[in-house]
Amino acid sequence: MPHRHSLTELAAMLRAREISAVELLDHFLARIEAAGELNAFITVDAEGARAQARAADDMLAGDDPPPLAGVPIAHKDIFCTRGLKTSCGSRILDNFIAPYDATVVERLAAAGAVTLGKTNMDEFAMGSSNETSWYGPVKNPWDAARVPGGSSGGSAAAVAARLVPGATGTDTGGSIRQPAAFCALTGLKPSYGRVSRYGIVAFASSLDQAGPLAQSAADAALLLDAMAGFDSRDSTSLENQLPPTRASLEDGLRGLRIGLPKEFFDAGVDATVAAAVEAAVAALCKLGATTVEVSLPNMAAGIPCYYVIAPAEASSNLARFDGVRYGYRCDDPVDLADLYERSRAEGFGAEVKRRIMIGTYALSSGYYDAYYLKAQKIRRLIASDFDTAFEQCDIVLGPTTPTTAFALGEKTDDPVSMYLNDIYTNTVNLAGLPGVSLPVGFDAAGLPIGMQLIGPYLGEARLLNVAHRYQGVTDYHRQLPGMFA
Amino acid sequence: MSWESVIGLEVHVQLSTRSKIFSGSATAFGAEPNTQANAVDIALPGVLPVMNREAAVMAVKFGLAVNATVNQRSVFARKNYFYPDLPKGYQISQYEIPIVGPGYLDIEVDGEILRVGITRAHLEEDAGKSLHEDFHGMTGIDLNRAGTPLLEVVSEPDMRSAAQAVAYLRKMHTLVRYLGICDGNMQEGSFRCDANVSVRRAGDDRLGTRTELKNINSFRFVEKAINFEIERQVEVIEGGGSVVQETRLYDPDRDETRSMRGKEQAHDYRYFPDPDLPPLVIDDDFVEASRRAMPELPDAKRRRFVESYGLREADADMLVTDRPVADYFEAVCAATAADARTAANWVNGDVAAALNRDGIDMTAIPVPAEHVGRLLDRIADGTISGKIAKDVFSTMWSSGDDPDSIIESRGLKQISDAGAIEQIVDAVLADSAAQVEQYRAGNQKVVGFLVGQVMKRSEGKANPKQVNEILRRKLDA
Repeated sequence: MPHRHSLTELAAMLRAREISAVELLDHFLARIEAAGELNAFITVDAEGARAQARAADDMLAGDDPPPLAGVPIAHKDIFCTRGLKTSCGSRILDNFIAPYDATVVERLAAAGAVTLGKTNMDEFAMGSSNETSWYGPVKNPWDAARVPGGSSGGSAAAVAARLVPGATGTDTGGSIRQPAAFCALTGLKPSYGRVSRYGIVAFASSLDQAGPLAQSAADAALLLDAMAGFDSRDSTSLENQLPPTRASLEDGLRGLRIGLPKEFFDAGVDATVAAAVEAAVAALCKLGATTVEVSLPNMAAGIPCYYVIAPAEASSNLARFDGVRYGYRCDDPVDLADLYERSRAEGFGAEVKRRIMIGTYALSSGYYDAYYLKAQKIRRLIASDFDTAFEQCDIVLGPTTPTTAFALGEKTDDPVSMYLNDIYTNTVNLAGLPGVSLPVGFDAAGLPIGMQLIGPYLGEARLLNVAHRYQGVTDYHRQLPGMFA
Repeated sequence: MSWESVIGLEVHVQLSTRSKIFSGSATAFGAEPNTQANAVDIALPGVLPVMNREAAVMAVKFGLAVNATVNQRSVFARKNYFYPDLPKGYQISQYEIPIVGPGYLDIEVDGEILRVGITRAHLEEDAGKSLHEDFHGMTGIDLNRAGTPLLEVVSEPDMRSAAQAVAYLRKMHTLVRYLGICDGNMQEGSFRCDANVSVRRAGDDRLGTRTELKNINSFRFVEKAINFEIERQVEVIEGGGSVVQETRLYDPDRDETRSMRGKEQAHDYRYFPDPDLPPLVIDDDFVEASRRAMPELPDAKRRRFVESYGLREADADMLVTDRPVADYFEAVCAATAADARTAANWVNGDVAAALNRDGIDMTAIPVPAEHVGRLLDRIADGTISGKIAKDVFSTMWSSGDDPDSIIESRGLKQISDAGAIEQIVDAVLADSAAQVEQYRAGNQKVVGFLVGQVMKRSEGKANPKQVNEILRRKLDA
């Protein structure tokens, strides 16, 4: 059964002509069809994917096919795709078809990947449960009564249920790593600037990064290497040429210094989660790593800092959705103010409106210094905490989330409790660092537990190397939810 | 009671880059609506701005030209407000740290030099245009202009009269065209201005409440609007009222300003640094390279024209206002043996009049400077008279031919053969016995009449100097 193979294996099977791209496509399309109740996809593009798969088969028949030739993938519906709806999980973009591909989409296509469709997500990536989507919540393949995490919940559920071997996501405060943790996946948030943001519907421009949601570190490396690189269309894109992360996956861990921030293991974390992470640390130590306690003293300020900066940027980024040029427009506006007010009131959901209001307030005259400017200062403190920690260690390690996946509806009425889900992840975005979440066990209810590795700037290769070596001695990442085996 | 007015100007200089400030779209004026707006300009989801370095080069040149500090690090900020011709819902501008810091411009009004402080100049993108006509009660949006680079130049409130404001604006207008950073076309909106005006009692140090005047897009409107506004404010205060801080629109048809937006309706623009654009870094090498690429500026050129060509200040002033005019003058000088003052008189006189008459500017002149130079040579070497030269010039203008072939083909060559002139003089004297009598009775004025008669009979071709000499010799004989 092809879906039992990792993306890396499938890519090799395709190259060896053991299976064709079209056969692989049909297999996964059938699984998507059968798993409709997960609500993982907003758009499935069977026709477009078939054309791409045929082209991939032609490439595979020739010399030197590109690395992902024929490999099916899905894109979070935040990436613009030429000719295919890009909704960003919002009613306001329900009718939007981009005339261009995001750089990430373009690069993965150039690497030969076949785009199956677009996955569900929290509206404008604002959420940690995938419950704010205009297209309804996504269910966790491990337990349909639970959330898959968010905002890249559709991509996570799709890969966890093996509806597709790998998918893209974006991570502004944890939106790749938290769903990866909830769904037993390996999810990487790259360093800010490593992957182009061009064509990604902006949420918080200084924090957004695209990355892979994958079955393993090796798969994530393969996808990242295809996605990353300088893009002249994104002024915040990094010009450095970096070696592929794939090249160092097998490096040894002897001498690796793991920093364990005491703030990550305090009373806030669930005991089962903490125990699984500690066991994983022990496994890494067996592979030659050592541990050292470090401190990130300003971590607690991360959530308030993040919830000023991200909404502030979002309030401005989302101003373009005004009903004038594209997207949802209210019926029969009587004048310009009415056009704006009703198009936005009807087009945006509650969480998006909440954040636009928070952000507008934080930037308002008279409040700017107290909120936005202060948050920027805290942001620098958080970044310098990490700098200090990395003087003592090579990577920082902790749980990805305080708990395993929570129930659908459990936190929808309590935004602050929802926001606290990102307590271990959003400081990484504030500091612009790379972070990877990987599965390290299951709780008593059989729900996946995720562990996060954080690296210094541009330390992706080391993170994936550590995760890969761990996955060499464990098999949590190979587990499939019973219903989707 | 005497009043003093205080004026500061904000000038929007549209930079003449080929493409927009944050996208690759063309900036040419007058294209079909929305044909010069790409995904970035119309703010589709996911698009990002990329700075056009050419705009920074132009801003740096401007900074150097107004003796300003060029900030090594400047920051783009978002100015947030909703308007249909502002596609992103924010304008990318510079707020706390502009590219150009404090500088100044010296202007001359009534023989006095006034130094006007320039507070700052910052880069920003222009908005699109809202078209309210021809859409049956709806509004059309043209985004061709959206993203066109602007340099907004803010002056200190250093001007005390509308005349000073206009002089400052003219000087700025000349400067940006010299620098080649703006075409200066005010009709097309390439060079726009808002004025901040307040009044106070003479001797008072505190500034009065100011109003901001918009829609004053010609030198004449600037002058009229400011003068109207000064009078209005004085009347308000003298009538016991107080000036309200507000934005006022100038209506050129009625020659008045009207309230457009009060302080309480002022936007809260929620400026913050644009996270899509890293700070703009200008290093010393960049500044030095820009400095080396600077053309000679108007003040320096005027000094040189006075010193090395021996021109009068007023003539030099006229020539340097427009760089192509100054260049033309120099090209004429290079092509002629005639003296520079004559060349200046021609360029400021006949040439300027012809340009004006045809409504074209110097860049479109149909007569090469070399032809004018040769024309001046023909006057100097006595081939034609100054009067005939004007006719020749007129033909040069309409035909594009060079002066020698016109003189040749129309037989305009001056008669300098003394014998031939004597014959004509003799004939005129024979026909003018009455005038000759008057002359001999002491009336010198009739000489003019007699010269005129000789010139007429020679069809203007007789050398006037020789005519004079010969005539006097014969009369006095």
